[in-house]
Amino acid sequence: MAEIKNQSAASDQQFEDALKKAHREWKAAADRSANAKKKYVTVSSAPIDPLYTPEHVKDMDFFRDLNFPGEFPYTRGVHASMYRGKPWTMRQFSGMGTPEQTNERYHYLLSQGQHGLSVAFDLPTLMGYDSDHPRSLGEVGKCGVAVDTLLDMEKIFDGIDLAKISTSMTINAPAAILLAMYIVVAEKQGVSMDKLSGTLQNDILKEYIAQKEWIYPPEPSVQLIVDTIEFGTKHMPLWNTISISGYHIREAGSTAAQELAFTLADGFTYIEKSIERGLDVDDFAPRLSFFFSAHMDFFEEIAKYRAARRIYAKRMRDKYGAKNPRSWMLRFHTQTAGCSLNAQQPELNLVRTALEGLSAVLGGTQSLHTNAMDETLALPSDKAALLALRTQQVLAHETGVVNTIDPLGGSYFVEALTSRIEAEAEAYFDEIDRRGGVMACIEEGYLQRELARAAYIYQQEIDSKERIIVGVNDYVLENEKIEIPILVIDPEVEAKQCASIKKAKSIRNDKRVAETLEELRQACRDNKNRMPFLINCVREYCTLGEMCLAMQDVFGDYVEPPII
Amino acid sequence: MALLDDFKRGDRRALSKIITHIENRREGYRTILAQISRFERKAFRIGITGPPGAGKSTLVDSLVAKLANTGKKIGVVAIDPSSPFTGGALLGDRVRMQHLADKDKVFIRSMASRGQSGGLAAATRDVITVLDAFGMDLIIIETVGIGQIELDIIEACDTVVVILVPESGDMIQTMKAGLMEIADIFCVNKIDRPGADRLVSYLNNMIHERLGEFSQEFPAVGTNAVSGLGVDKLSDAISRHRDYIVGNGMFEQRRKRQLKNEILSSVRDRIVKDLDHMIDLDGQFESISSKLNSGETDPYTAADEIYEHYFRGRLVNG
Amino acid sequence: MSDKIRVLLAKAGLDGHDRGIKVIAAAMRDAGFEVIYTGLRQTPEMIAEAALQEDVDAIGVSILSGAHMTLFPLIYKAMEARKCTDIILFGGGIMTEEEMVILHSQGTDKLFGPGTPTPDIIAYVKDVVARKRKSEKII
Repeated sequence: MAEIKNQSAASDQQFEDALKKAHREWKAAADRSANAKKKYVTVSSAPIDPLYTPEHVKDMDFFRDLNFPGEFPYTRGVHASMYRGKPWTMRQFSGMGTPEQTNERYHYLLSQGQHGLSVAFDLPTLMGYDSDHPRSLGEVGKCGVAVDTLLDMEKIFDGIDLAKISTSMTINAPAAILLAMYIVVAEKQGVSMDKLSGTLQNDILKEYIAQKEWIYPPEPSVQLIVDTIEFGTKHMPLWNTISISGYHIREAGSTAAQELAFTLADGFTYIEKSIERGLDVDDFAPRLSFFFSAHMDFFEEIAKYRAARRIYAKRMRDKYGAKNPRSWMLRFHTQTAGCSLNAQQPELNLVRTALEGLSAVLGGTQSLHTNAMDETLALPSDKAALLALRTQQVLAHETGVVNTIDPLGGSYFVEALTSRIEAEAEAYFDEIDRRGGVMACIEEGYLQRELARAAYIYQQEIDSKERIIVGVNDYVLENEKIEIPILVIDPEVEAKQCASIKKAKSIRNDKRVAETLEELRQACRDNKNRMPFLINCVREYCTLGEMCLAMQDVFGDYVEPPII
Repeated sequence: MALLDDFKRGDRRALSKIITHIENRREGYRTILAQISRFERKAFRIGITGPPGAGKSTLVDSLVAKLANTGKKIGVVAIDPSSPFTGGALLGDRVRMQHLADKDKVFIRSMASRGQSGGLAAATRDVITVLDAFGMDLIIIETVGIGQIELDIIEACDTVVVILVPESGDMIQTMKAGLMEIADIFCVNKIDRPGADRLVSYLNNMIHERLGEFSQEFPAVGTNAVSGLGVDKLSDAISRHRDYIVGNGMFEQRRKRQLKNEILSSVRDRIVKDLDHMIDLDGQFESISSKLNSGETDPYTAADEIYEHYFRGRLVNG
Repeated sequence: MSDKIRVLLAKAGLDGHDRGIKVIAAAMRDAGFEVIYTGLRQTPEMIAEAALQEDVDAIGVSILSGAHMTLFPLIYKAMEARKCTDIILFGGGIMTEEEMVILHSQGTDKLFGPGTPTPDIIAYVKDVVARKRKSEKII
């Protein structure tokens, strides 16, 4: 880019005229042979020009808009050396059935070269129900591992040194409780909390927008999150206090620009609430991280990651007054898009995932989860899980993409797309502000409505075959018999978990349980940071359900607006 | 009729099926209605109306949950708009009524407006009659709520609650007269939002102006439907209003007027339908239409002539 | 008979993934159906009771959490208890063909796997409701 600018600087007018002429001639030639009926749009249904030229990027300024990697606004990456310094972290999300089974899977994945753990919890755990709650019927251990008391967490991490491993926990509504459990497990291993590293995915706002797993109304939920940010900032220097997630927004059907805009808007809300709590932005911002999806539109995704870094850096410096460059850097984890995978001809999912993973790497991700090919059917089998990890290893070692930083930087197309997505996101920020901020938009249903509309348009494109999905609405195999081994969760899991709760209840001190739960309730009423109280509850083997209920006594529940 | 026997025995499935029958104007629905309307009826009918996003369904949820705990049998009719293009509808009010889902004394029915524009569906009043005859103590009707004054509600209810939120300021300015006409009780929901206090005092001034000093006033009630704040007060205001109108004869008057209007509209529907049929059959409209084209007559004179032709001597103002 | 088709759409179980069911709801509205959406986390009892009160032609239930083998039969049982098994129960989720066969034998008329085109689901409902109405006796 810089070179092109310099050339044109010599004879600006001459160059522009030549460009316009050449563009006209090319367009006439191209129009003769192009299919005028077909719509050329991204996965987000955004129109794309047939060719990108210097005209598309004429307002771009190299130092202002791109700069070098590791330099503001970090469009080309947050680290000076990127993958030459440190490869991305290969972090596969997993967890299922009983704590024992999950522990076994973790030992296996670590032995196969995985760098960090990422815990998937089952739905009752995510919703704050114990395994013996009537609402948990049929759900225990299905979508992840069941955790009811500290006993379960001890089993999950049995034989894994928490001082050496980094752990990501996707847990949202009861995040503060699981963090408390993790801290106590480490404590029992003799590892103090200042040595713990990992991430807590406790972004509740995207739950109201997309994944719909909440327990309390938005305001107290956000306060609980600020508790974990505040606690982590003060006591856990290696811990990434929150992972702000767009992945689920995308899975729920958003466009790339919506994913970016809504996620960053959520992030800014946490930042504002933390500042309101009295924290200094430079004390907590360096340990915020983000989590994005990698969908099938290769270039759009890369542009999305680059735009994300640029928007974030500018806002952090200019709006929130952050002074530490580490506060300006948007670091993120990526997961390939589960919603792009299909049950038909499932082996194709390997191909999709590889391409999506490649876009994440070219977009400068800090860590990556590649989906297993059988994910649309069930939890991954051992073989599918291993293939998914191997896909990342192929990307890292065989393709050469780690050799150079931001290789698509300067591409007319990618730069134009980056700027366009940035502008789309900024327009959303304005609209969200006009409507009174993210929380007001959630209660009113604005974000949910935008998302539902995008999802419907996407599905209509598939139904009308404007959009071809291989194996689904074209290239279909007649009488296809799916021959992927499917991991079935043993229904015994539920009984085992219920027995484990009984055991925990039999060994604990009921008086202390009641006391610590009441202290927790009081902390909710007084709006004190709940973390120390939760840690006390966990030590006494209070169940997850008991802790959630205690807080719900004070916080109440929430029903979403009916948006379709 | 087996279904009617089941209905009399309190079978909810029969109730539900009869409502469908009537809503779809299936053959024989008038006969069923005629029979059912002779059953004992005692329900008090509360209308809930207000602009979109005011929190109507959520308020119905917390209000009904409270009332159901007193042992009352309650019917809820929630109306949502039909699409004018496809005739389809998304009826989402139940989403907000989660606290009523396990209450066996509560029966909720969602209705699509099916082309009606007054806030109710064409069959809503009939459905109310059916619920009443089923033995409901209370019937709550939630209107479509598209941000206009929905007048139909006063023809179907004894007490009308208009729900507003601090953000509805503009609407109140432009629709002041209409709002005063339909509202028995104003409720300001989302009372903890900025501007709520101002809205409450504005409404109270408006109420005071209209009623003067000689009648009982029902000041606006502030609620937060989500947390349940103020729902007690609203429920209290509704029962005070009920006592008030029953005591001073307004209840009786209203019911009489509604009944008259209902019968009239039913007669009107039939007359119009028959007339429409007869005009076509007699070739009357054909001849009028050619006269209209040639300028021999005008629509006003033509209307007079048609009326003369069919009703002369039969009606008082003929 | 030109009665509107009324369908109850519900999410059962604990998962909150409502993208699919909302797309279906919008498509059914556009096909002229009256769609009653109950929202998330409905218990079998809640679903059957809502279907009874709304007198729908069909109930569509989405379960993506893996609890389908437990929940679909319980929904049907709750319908039996209310004598409203004349209402058609169908659903969608991630399940094997063997599981679909088992669930069919336990009262769930039809199950759709991932990637089913929306028009197929709408055509199914139209067809099955038309057949049901034909066989129904008039009061």
